[in-house]
Amino acid sequence: MHLVLFLIFAGFALAGAINLLLQSHPINSALSLIVVMSSLAVLYLLLGAEFLAIAQIIVYAGAIMVLFTFVVMLLNVGTEEKTHGSRVAKTIGFPAAVVVLGVIATVLLEAQKQLGRVSLSDGITTTQDLSRVLFRDMLLPFELTSVLILIAILGAVALARKEGHS
Amino acid sequence: MMSSSILNDVPSSWYLILSALLFTLGVVGFLIKRTLITVFMSIELMLNAVNLSFVTFAHEWHAVKGQIFVFFVMMVAAAEAAVGLAIIISIFRARATLNVDQIDLMKL
Repeated sequence: MHLVLFLIFAGFALAGAINLLLQSHPINSALSLIVVMSSLAVLYLLLGAEFLAIAQIIVYAGAIMVLFTFVVMLLNVGTEEKTHGSRVAKTIGFPAAVVVLGVIATVLLEAQKQLGRVSLSDGITTTQDLSRVLFRDMLLPFELTSVLILIAILGAVALARKEGHS
Repeated sequence: MMSSSILNDVPSSWYLILSALLFTLGVVGFLIKRTLITVFMSIELMLNAVNLSFVTFAHEWHAVKGQIFVFFVMMVAAAEAAVGLAIIISIFRARATLNVDQIDLMKL
């Protein structure tokens, strides 16, 4: 059961990510990114992270992607123009991307013997466990993120405001 | 009985390889996409791929702090998306284009 669910949603995630690259209109890319994020939420649930699965849907697939689609519609972005792209990206970028994938895959294949297996009967990390650590050991970073979010709100308002209305 | 036990678990490394593939697709998208918004979406894809690694290792070592880290990454990503999209809007006001080839100057 776990294997079937993993294969289905890993396939959805990969297909969404590839579709993001292939689509030329930003709104189609945004919608395929929503598919990726929602299937990642299911994978988090399979890994026993119930709170993160819901937070992934609410924060990522909900809030952030609504912001993205809203900006795409607000700016009325058309189909992407086909240009030759930068030469640096072609000569250094793609080999570097292949090298990154190769290094990660090699390290993983080496470490595979020490890594365990994931199954549905492993139990889940409940929100209670998570909040106990978050509000005891991690209280100061948590409060600092609220300050960060406040600064981000102020920055977004200041940046997106029309010039000349100050 | 044997076949059902194979169906019921997946090696942790599969999740990590999926995460590596998603990250690489994000890097490739960052390089080939020409619209500023889609480039930004590729960055979000890379953040998500790293989050999947964090959750997998948190499960592997039964460490709740790995999941806490993902929570913080999500909060920072939300803040980053808000500011980044505001920057994109102000760039569009100044240049009337979102093609990254035409946005190559720091000053307006």
